[in-house]
Amino acid sequence: MQKIHNNRAWWLVLPVFLLVAFSALIPLMTVVNYSVQDIFGPGQAFFVGTEWFKEVLGDERLQDSLIRQFMFSGAVLLIQIPLGIGVALMMPKSGIKGSLCLILIAIPLLIPWNVVGTIWQVFARGDIGLFGWGLNELGFDYNYTGNTVDAWLTVLLMDVWHWTPLVALLCYSGLRAIPEAFYQAAEIDRASKWAVFRYIQLPRLKSVLIIAVLLRFMDSFMIYTEPFVLTGGGPGSSTTFLSQTLTTMAIGQFDLGRASAFSLIYFLIVLLISWLFFTAITQDDKEK
Amino acid sequence: MAEIKLKSLAHSYSETPGGPEDYAIRHLDHVWHEGGAYALLGPSGCGKSTMLNIISGLVQPSEGEVLFDGKRVNELSPRDRNIAQVFQFPVVYDSMTVFDNLAFPLKNNKIPKSRIKARVQEIAEVLEIEDKLYKKAKNLTADEKQKVSMGRGLVREDVSAILFDEPLTVIDPQLKWKLRRKLKQIHEQFDITMVYVTHDQLEASTFADKIAVMYGGQIVQFGTPTELFEQPNHTFVGYFIGSPGMNLVEVERSAAGVRFRSTQVDLAPWQVELLKRLTSKNIKIGIRPEFIELSPTASDDTYEAEILDMEDLGTYKVVTVRLDQQEMKVRMNEEFEGAIGSRTYLSFPQQWLKLYVDEFLVQEQQ
Repeated sequence: MQKIHNNRAWWLVLPVFLLVAFSALIPLMTVVNYSVQDIFGPGQAFFVGTEWFKEVLGDERLQDSLIRQFMFSGAVLLIQIPLGIGVALMMPKSGIKGSLCLILIAIPLLIPWNVVGTIWQVFARGDIGLFGWGLNELGFDYNYTGNTVDAWLTVLLMDVWHWTPLVALLCYSGLRAIPEAFYQAAEIDRASKWAVFRYIQLPRLKSVLIIAVLLRFMDSFMIYTEPFVLTGGGPGSSTTFLSQTLTTMAIGQFDLGRASAFSLIYFLIVLLISWLFFTAITQDDKEK
Repeated sequence: MAEIKLKSLAHSYSETPGGPEDYAIRHLDHVWHEGGAYALLGPSGCGKSTMLNIISGLVQPSEGEVLFDGKRVNELSPRDRNIAQVFQFPVVYDSMTVFDNLAFPLKNNKIPKSRIKARVQEIAEVLEIEDKLYKKAKNLTADEKQKVSMGRGLVREDVSAILFDEPLTVIDPQLKWKLRRKLKQIHEQFDITMVYVTHDQLEASTFADKIAVMYGGQIVQFGTPTELFEQPNHTFVGYFIGSPGMNLVEVERSAAGVRFRSTQVDLAPWQVELLKRLTSKNIKIGIRPEFIELSPTASDDTYEAEILDMEDLGTYKVVTVRLDQQEMKVRMNEEFEGAIGSRTYLSFPQQWLKLYVDEFLVQEQQ
């Protein structure tokens, strides 16, 4: 068949172009615009080049909160991924028990972020919260508003409670997609439980694990609401993560130039790390 | 290696089986002798795979016993039965290399490393995949994967038996032939009991010394390919084995034998005698297309028929004739000549004329 070239066909791309422009490009360009200028008021903008970027990168407060952020995301991944796989492995394979389990496990995912923060703020209190009170009764000196370690543990525990179900659900669906023949072959080959996990289940969970790792990394790296409600970033600035620092800078201090420069760096970090994860995990697919 | 005995085995996939139609396997007794190469032949859905899975322990039979060397193994899991099974579709461990795939069952059995290496090499050579040993299994083609699957079954030396569940389904015809020869060689070399499930009679007869034909959840005949051909024990065996299958004609009793419409067919005296003693009205006669004789002229024991069709299959001809409204197939050699629509005269050599009552062969009692 003869191919017909008609340049008017480009108009068909327009809706997508507009959509992407309004949803991503234009807002992002605003941030780029602010990040290279110093604006005192309407009509009083000065081009400052990379000034803001230099300043932001040298800011110790930001560096600290970046380090905290990496520690938090690292801990989240190290705990939630194995735990989620474990939970998925233990869930009933089918039937009413399986459905019941799915519903119960999914409940934390349905709760709004700020409510999660509030729940844990009350739950972990030493005087009226069951968790905090219980720990104190058991003889632990637990106080998340005063002790840095306690605050960290509480934020982590809250995030584990809130988000491990997502990993578990993803893994559960991945596990259900493994054909029965693989388990039969493993049984015939006299594979141990560990070998079944290592050589059948884990490799076949890979694609859902990529999604789980990426989602959990991005979400945890951008965490804001829950610790803000729970600890307010304290004690001191011990649980002040990146987005809270950024918000304080942009809204609290109305420091738009620096905040914009930092937003771009923040965005690039998330993009870079996600890309690194993705390439690392999918790398051996390309090997012959 | 072991002798595998199935004792009044029955299996239903339904938890509350009603009639016999709910059973995949119906009261089956059978012995697979130690060191034999067997084929289990039957149409799709006749219970072949179910039987294989019961032997390996992947399926628990609803009734009856599975005995390995006289010992009941019903309660043992596949791993404890020490049995190898190759499935219809390739199952490979994607993340491992071919070598690791083949070594996997041996590693699980705690075999020393040096022995594993030697054994994997040996099997890889037999299957002609030694150049792919260090390739990732997921990058293999479908038939290479199936070779690896088979290799994992063959690599263990101490197994009670190796079960093959239509292992060559995904392999293309040329390679099929080669692999079947390979399996046969492996059997001769290692002398392991092998049971090979297939619905292809050619595959069954090239692989096995003895074939069990399964139909409707039962083994209707167990014999050598020649026995299945010359003495089909059941109308299904007659129909299923051979190409084209046996001619089967529904008949009723008459004085000297049987009769259909106005055609009288004489039987041997012992057949007539036996037929008198049986009450069933379900009577059939069967004769293989190879054994019907055609001649251009009439004589005492011939029947006049019309040639309806002739197919030249290269090395032989299949002639369709009509005798008293009954169509029959006759297999003739290449030289046979006859025009469609012309008359021909059939005769049925008595030794090849089989009598079936209630679908089972009536045999002479010694």
